Amino acid sequence: MPTACNLHNYILMSTAIKVENLGKKYIIQHQQQSRYQYNSLGESLSRGIKSLGKNLLHPFHSNTKAESAEEFWALKDINFEIKQGDRVGIIGRNGAGKSTLLKILSRITHPSTGRITINGRVSSLLEVGTGFHPELTGRENIFLNGAILGMHKKEIQRKFDEIVDFAEVEKFLDTPVKHYSSGMYVRLAFAVAAHLEPEILIVDEVLAVGDFEFQKKCLGRMEKAGNEGKTVLFVSHNIASIRKLCRVGVLLIDGQINLFSDIEQVISKYLTTSTPVNPCYKSKEEFRMITKQYFVNDASVLNSSENLCGTFHIGETINFKFRIKRGLLKKTMGGIKAALEIRSNDGLKIANIISSDCSFQIDSFDDQIGLLINIEDIRLYPGEYILSIWVGTLDSHETYDYANECIRFEIVSGGKLTTRNLPRNDGLFFFTPKWSTV
Amino acid sequence: MSTRQQIVITPYKTLGDSGRELWEYRDLFYFLAWRDFKVRYKQTVIGATWAVIRPLLTMLVFTVIFGRIAKLPTEGEAPYAIMVFTAMLPWYFFSNTLSESANAVVNNSAMISKVYFPRIIAPTAPLLVNIIDFLISFVLLLALMAWYRFQPSIYILLMPLFLLLAAITALGLGYLISALNVKYRDFRYVIPFIVQIGLYISPVGFSSQVIPEQWRLWYSLNPMVGVIDGFRWMVIGDSANIYWDGFFLSNAISLALFLIGYRYFMHTERQFADSL
Repeated sequence: MPTACNLHNYILMSTAIKVENLGKKYIIQHQQQSRYQYNSLGESLSRGIKSLGKNLLHPFHSNTKAESAEEFWALKDINFEIKQGDRVGIIGRNGAGKSTLLKILSRITHPSTGRITINGRVSSLLEVGTGFHPELTGRENIFLNGAILGMHKKEIQRKFDEIVDFAEVEKFLDTPVKHYSSGMYVRLAFAVAAHLEPEILIVDEVLAVGDFEFQKKCLGRMEKAGNEGKTVLFVSHNIASIRKLCRVGVLLIDGQINLFSDIEQVISKYLTTSTPVNPCYKSKEEFRMITKQYFVNDASVLNSSENLCGTFHIGETINFKFRIKRGLLKKTMGGIKAALEIRSNDGLKIANIISSDCSFQIDSFDDQIGLLINIEDIRLYPGEYILSIWVGTLDSHETYDYANECIRFEIVSGGKLTTRNLPRNDGLFFFTPKWSTV
Repeated sequence: MSTRQQIVITPYKTLGDSGRELWEYRDLFYFLAWRDFKVRYKQTVIGATWAVIRPLLTMLVFTVIFGRIAKLPTEGEAPYAIMVFTAMLPWYFFSNTLSESANAVVNNSAMISKVYFPRIIAPTAPLLVNIIDFLISFVLLLALMAWYRFQPSIYILLMPLFLLLAAITALGLGYLISALNVKYRDFRYVIPFIVQIGLYISPVGFSSQVIPEQWRLWYSLNPMVGVIDGFRWMVIGDSANIYWDGFFLSNAISLALFLIGYRYFMHTERQFADSL
């Protein structure tokens, strides 16, 4: 029956991604006190012998393993279906399982349960410049990186000139990339990624953390893909860019799908579930411990006497305090840097305070490090402000953790600097410069 | 439309899936091997020379110590130096491939945690650059034979076959240890140990004839014994007096190691990204 067959084909074709009963389980070892992320063979052996000894001595005791290991479901019972050409935004708070879902869809890690069917060629961009080798030239890295992203040699050859044009690095094509400026490096890396021709594009927002130009290019590229009828999956906290790019939304809460619907509905649901003024943040430590190299463990806003405080007057001293912890994943050498982003409550990024800009170097540390950022004279207009904390490599190429919108604080009218009642959102900065007649 | 590929992600992967993926990513295999090659020969001018000097010097030392001072017997009619150098070729090929392969997953961890590709490519890619090193040494062997006016046997044409045998031995162990390395980082220290001890317990500096007859079969449990004896037979010919029972036992062990290593790797690769 040709019609039935065609219909069947049509249904198959029009589904880009189908996720059924997806789950991802992590095992958290409680007894493991070692701060090293990897087991040492000696340690495992001695543990094994110890438990064997225990079992021999107390043969009727129940299994000791059960109490020492705890299951943690980062994702559970995930079911959804994405049609071809859909542009889908995945939204959720930190620890909701967004990155895990992304990693499973990109086949970097395996699910524990369930099944995903993907129709079409997938490219996932969790990072640009993966596999770049500093000793190799720009030309050589284009081929290497293209192959790593799944392109064939012929395809890379065909697009080579375009990539070079896009990256604007013709002159340095035969220079090893270790001599590139970080801007050139990122441009080249992004150029390769931008010339992938997938049918399904999966993009992580951490990719768009970086300088503004790059962010714009990145979003522009995704928009283009979307307009060409490609399926786009975009993970982000940034409501504005999600709203602009996506038509459908998935709201993840605690590893489960809370809402799968029209993007506007998902955004309004997400906003209503978001927390009000909260000067204090605590990560899901056990989970982040096993999924991150470094992470923001806790953060708080403090007043001049270093007490927890969520409300300030203009001109007061405000302190941001947070701790970076080493996760069990530990692989990259070299230093780290941190950034604080301050957003107004309508999503406008008004400050990006980066440790390196303040000539502050984060020294290496064993387990954790506490950092205090002190602003003596806060000049923000009355309103609600949202703080995000970013931790990554010194060259900003890699993000370790991004505690998005982890803290909220409020500036209220009043205090020693103001002489009148300042209306909210009537400006961003309250400057009181010197006036004189000339 | 019919070319549209379908990917199914489930907790387990079938053998067919792995094969198809490997074919799909064949260009990546080539580029990773090519990267290793470029980096090795670019970083150090000595890089290439090193591949020549190391076996040559070791050969000299072994020839003097075992041949001249200890006066151990050579194989058949071959000069001692040629007998030693013939073993040096597969030995360095084996030990270099093994070392690079065993560290390949950990060394490529940044890639493995950010992009998907069939993981088995990482520990297999070092094979190519080591084949090139091997071929350079092979030319050296031919030169050495010309110097000694030694005519190799016709079996030397079987060289690719014996090289494959050495590759299987190195990769089997390489797969196993590279996967174990992810979970237990101290396996890193096992490799230099295997390589160092292996040089002395394998018949590199001496002929396996010096092993007493009743121990020869046990001695062949070392898979490199079969590989090296095979190489000597291939170069020196029938006068090399090869012990075939031992040869086949060694090969069987190489093959078994390869299968175990491959199976273990494929079984654990799904957890790499979670524990790197």
